[in-house]
Amino acid sequence: MSGDAKTLLSVRNLRTCFYQDEGTTKAVDGASFDVHEGKTLGIVGESGCGKSVTAQSILRIVEAPGRIVDGEILLTRPDGGVTDLVQQKPDGREMRAIRGGDIGLIFQEPMTSFSPVHTVGEQIIEAVLLHSKVSRKEARLRGIEVLKSVGIPKPERRIDEYSFELSGGLRQRAMIAAALSCNPRLLIADEPTTALDVTTQAQILDLLRTIQRERGMAIMLITHNLGVVAEMADDVVVMYLGRVVEQGDVDAIFHDPKHPYTKALLQSIPSIDSKPRIRLPTIQGSIPHPFNRPPGCPFHPRCTAFIAGRCDKEEPQLVPVGDGRQVSCFLYAPAAAGTAP
Amino acid sequence: MVAYIVRRLLLAVLTVWAISVLSFAIIHLPPGDYVTSYIASMSASGSAVSEGEAIAMREQLGLDQPITIQYAKWMGLMLQGNFGMAMEWGRPVSDVIGDRMSLTVVISVAAIIFTWAVALPIGIYSAVYRYSILDYAFTFIGFIGLAIPGFMLALIVMYIGFAYFGANVGGLFSPDYAEAPWSWARVWDLTLHLPIPAIVLGISGTAQLIRIMRSNLLDELRKPYVMTARARGLPEYRVILKYPVRVALNPFVSTIGYLLPYVVSGSIIVSLVLSLPTVGPLLLKALIAQDMFLAGTIVLLLGVLTVVGTFISDLLLMWVDPRIRLGQQ
Repeated sequence: MSGDAKTLLSVRNLRTCFYQDEGTTKAVDGASFDVHEGKTLGIVGESGCGKSVTAQSILRIVEAPGRIVDGEILLTRPDGGVTDLVQQKPDGREMRAIRGGDIGLIFQEPMTSFSPVHTVGEQIIEAVLLHSKVSRKEARLRGIEVLKSVGIPKPERRIDEYSFELSGGLRQRAMIAAALSCNPRLLIADEPTTALDVTTQAQILDLLRTIQRERGMAIMLITHNLGVVAEMADDVVVMYLGRVVEQGDVDAIFHDPKHPYTKALLQSIPSIDSKPRIRLPTIQGSIPHPFNRPPGCPFHPRCTAFIAGRCDKEEPQLVPVGDGRQVSCFLYAPAAAGTAP
Repeated sequence: MVAYIVRRLLLAVLTVWAISVLSFAIIHLPPGDYVTSYIASMSASGSAVSEGEAIAMREQLGLDQPITIQYAKWMGLMLQGNFGMAMEWGRPVSDVIGDRMSLTVVISVAAIIFTWAVALPIGIYSAVYRYSILDYAFTFIGFIGLAIPGFMLALIVMYIGFAYFGANVGGLFSPDYAEAPWSWARVWDLTLHLPIPAIVLGISGTAQLIRIMRSNLLDELRKPYVMTARARGLPEYRVILKYPVRVALNPFVSTIGYLLPYVVSGSIIVSLVLSLPTVGPLLLKALIAQDMFLAGTIVLLLGVLTVVGTFISDLLLMWVDPRIRLGQQ
């Protein structure tokens, strides 16, 4: 891990559950990780592993019947104080100031992330007015400025357009502009490039990097695309079924993955060097249904290094394996080490 | 956009013409004509009409001519702004309809205002607090409102008003003002009489509207732009009112067009029960008497109202929904 940077956001043992008639879904089940100032943390995992719910938990916008059950989300404020977001009222003044002010959010769906009946500008200006004491005119100027800074041509005209008048790439840029309009210190990007074509993807990633350099902002990048993580992230958190299975800095994870799940994920990336006409390795089986999660290590039914009598009985905990890395797997835990009930 | 409006206007004229043909045809569908039903009602009251009289009447009213000629004559009169004679009343149709038409519009508008004022807030509440106790309560009351026929409700209200409050609920005016010329006092009297018919007429529409608003809003609440608005730090009530509610309201603008005719034609029986001086009961009587001019005029007027209303609501929809205004599919 990049130990020199200060911790901006520290998520500790976060649990978010959805209580439905059919049963309780543990969307996030004891996730812990840190986001450092000015760095990018990549959160990877398959669909349904709790990445997006983690983001929503941080912003306290988890929708009913979802609820944060346990854990801490510690945000370091500009004055050096630390606020536990879990203790805040979701719609309280403090939390609303943090939402959009300290932490900005970009979504995967630029198509539907803007209201279809309000102009893009209206939605940016609204954010500016909420978080700073400026007049509407100044807010508008700031909106134009921020649209310009994300590379939108003719921003003074675009600001009065509706989102459906913009192309997909411009729309995502506008979305980023809206998130940046109040100078957040942390930008949460939830699959920011998934809905875009590859060329636009690269442009948006470039843009995020440039912005980060200019503003010294931390980015929490949520994606299932390992290529994007390799390109963007400083640190990586790998999630599986709501749990962090491995974390460490990006080079270590990509060159020397420890957890069998991370290894399997990396093997399943097609490479330009791989031989033609051979099957791409895949991870056996599929993600279990959340109501029916396996006992012990949630990954054990699909794991190639499964230890019978252990992995299906006990839950592994995150243990340090040197260089600031942590893995939650019995392969790296001393046999007698403490296990969860 | 101008081309669009012009096209819509031309279509509107064409539609009105088609409605005139249809309404004329429908009125002629039942066997017999005004004279037949006149003879029937006369013989029911004991006096007979001779064959010669009947022929003379038909000739006088032009009912002996082929149907196409009758239509052409009718249209000719219409285009001159003359709606013909109401046969049964022996007065020009415009005389008979005049006041009733404006009172109908007044009652309908009151019913629509009641419907919207009650249904929209309840619909919003039900969607936002879905599956809450109040949501279930509103749903329950809503279904009862849908299930009770308007005339039944009218009877119940009249009974309660009469039995417990000693008030005569029927009509739109107190006896003192019923035949009086228009004055501020009469307007005030009308205002006092308006709520009950408006509520009775509006109640089933209210129940429907609650359901529609609830499901529209539920669809919108799931959309990502709601979460983005929330993530911007907007207070929850403003998130909901400014974005999803605004979008969920759009479809209602397009219903403005047919609300008026819907209330008018749906109100015939209620109007009879509450003895409201509206065009509904008049239309019923005209149809029974096969009074072609009167019935034709009312049906045509309702048609024109629908067409004009739809045209206006299309324009409104363009105004409120940029997706339509700017031509996005």
